Amino acid sequence: MNKKTFITPYVLWSTAFIIIPLCMVFYYGFIDDTGAFTLQNILAISSREHQKAFFLSLILSFISTIICLVLAYPLAMLLANMNVNQNSFIVMIFILPMWMNFLLRTLAWQTLLERNGVINSILSVFHLPKLMIINTPYAIILGMVYNFLPFMVLPIYNSLIKIDDSVINAAKDLGANSLQTFLKVILPLSLPGVISGITMVFVPALTTFVISDLLGGSKILLIGNVIEQAFTQASNWQLGSGLSLVLMIFIIVSMIFSAVFDKDGEGNLI
Amino acid sequence: MSTKIIDLVNISKSYGNHCVLDKLDLYIRENEFLTLLGPSGCGKTTTLRIIGGFENPDDGKVMFYDSDITHLPPNKRQLNTVFQKYALFTHMNIYENIAFGLKIKNKSQAYIQDKIKYALKLVGLDGFEKRMPDSLSGGQQQRIAIARAIVNEPKILLLDEPLGALDLKLRQDMQYELIRLKNELGITFVYVTHDQEEALTMSDTIVVMNQGYIQQIGTPEDIYNEPENAFVADFIGESNIIPSVMVQDELVEFLGVKWACVDKDFGENTPVDVVIRPEDVLLGSPQGAKMTGVVSHVIFKGVHYEMEVQANGFEWLIHSTKMFSVGEMVGISVDPFNIQIMNKPLSKDEEATIIDE
Repeated sequence: MNKKTFITPYVLWSTAFIIIPLCMVFYYGFIDDTGAFTLQNILAISSREHQKAFFLSLILSFISTIICLVLAYPLAMLLANMNVNQNSFIVMIFILPMWMNFLLRTLAWQTLLERNGVINSILSVFHLPKLMIINTPYAIILGMVYNFLPFMVLPIYNSLIKIDDSVINAAKDLGANSLQTFLKVILPLSLPGVISGITMVFVPALTTFVISDLLGGSKILLIGNVIEQAFTQASNWQLGSGLSLVLMIFIIVSMIFSAVFDKDGEGNLI
Repeated sequence: MSTKIIDLVNISKSYGNHCVLDKLDLYIRENEFLTLLGPSGCGKTTTLRIIGGFENPDDGKVMFYDSDITHLPPNKRQLNTVFQKYALFTHMNIYENIAFGLKIKNKSQAYIQDKIKYALKLVGLDGFEKRMPDSLSGGQQQRIAIARAIVNEPKILLLDEPLGALDLKLRQDMQYELIRLKNELGITFVYVTHDQEEALTMSDTIVVMNQGYIQQIGTPEDIYNEPENAFVADFIGESNIIPSVMVQDELVEFLGVKWACVDKDFGENTPVDVVIRPEDVLLGSPQGAKMTGVVSHVIFKGVHYEMEVQANGFEWLIHSTKMFSVGEMVGISVDPFNIQIMNKPLSKDEEATIIDE
């Protein structure tokens, strides 16, 4: 038995479920109904409707990423400063929702936010104005932030706990106050985690269609929804593949961005 | 006698139920190389961290000249620390590392450049400005850490086992380097180590600590030649510690034999401990010797032979340049001034008691 024998199942797996599908996406992306070569599917992104969906996706995932970052950094710092017993408990509380089905969690938000949903029922008891954010971009951002926040917290937390106490003490010893210590030492040293977190939130947010489907109603179309509909409703595999390829360019760019800043893999999850 | 630069008054510190320092009093004089020496957990690093401001004492005061700095944060103290693990900023190059403290103090670009050039020359690493810390060896990183501290012209340099991670040869080189640095800079060094040889080589004053108490303060010669208790004797080099009775002034009895010594004022028939350094035990022919024994072990150590001799129920540790073979009968003698008498601890607690200077 040599090593190759053990690798074979994984090679077969990735060929069947990653490489072949990817080749098919490429193939369909460049042909028309008759099977002839065309750039039409790629250029379809420039249509008004598609552009609108695409920019909305970019904007919403960008805003969600920023919100996640602003929420996650202080939280990661708090966690990193706690002693091991306390923080493993709190980290667990944070990871716990990740074990639950993504779809279920988003559906739960739908129930909470609905016009006559849980939140509004509670508000009406206190005679407060209703919260009308379901089926708006705000609800989508909320859903994105809620679902992807742990992916921002964990890499930042990981890079923060790797900073040795003596390095922070050294900065103070050399005359830096708390703010200077943070800006000149802690923040730069945690940057790999931040970059990794940004990629891990931005990419799934950019490609999501479930969150926009459930919380945005059918009114708001993100690029993910457009691609999904091309495959499922219009059975237009060519268009769906073409748009997927365009989206893939953005994903690859963010991956490269992350790889350049995080050479040591410091910000990797767990 | 020069002025006190740091005065620790009645310092106590505990972590939970564990008392690390108990009513510690210690002063450090200007321009002194003072070493805190002791086994791990003796409170030496905590003492240093209290001076540096990284730890607040539960009780007591830290005086810097005439001002109370007990609650002053580290960034406001006029001292700098060299940490055990170098603690260089890995995201900055050597120039930026050393410039860190000066930039915070808003020094001019020209001043900073001058200082860095001078500091790098001082630690023997000219031209390293553009290098990253990761590309340096342990010894080089430690020297950069020292350079980073001294460019700020601290009144006191605190060093927390700075040579602990280096190999033996490099450690010895760095010891001479540090003595040279101290002489060139003319500032106070407070050094923490568990290595007695390091302490003896470099220090003006050694403070031997154990279990949160100061055991003895003195010059390296004092500490080595006249340990005040068994702990100090045992910790500083090897020694023969023998339970004895002080018969009268200048006469002590141990292992069934009366020996002349030079100590007085212990009273008559007082139980004491006697310390004899292995190199102070003289071996000769058994004829007419005070005590005879049989060699049980011989190891060649380079400079000398290390031998064990069984005599009157005690296993003597002896260093001698003359070799005796295993099984040989030898005579043992000790010069009176090489017999060091110490008071016996009254109880277990007493072992860790403060000894007045």
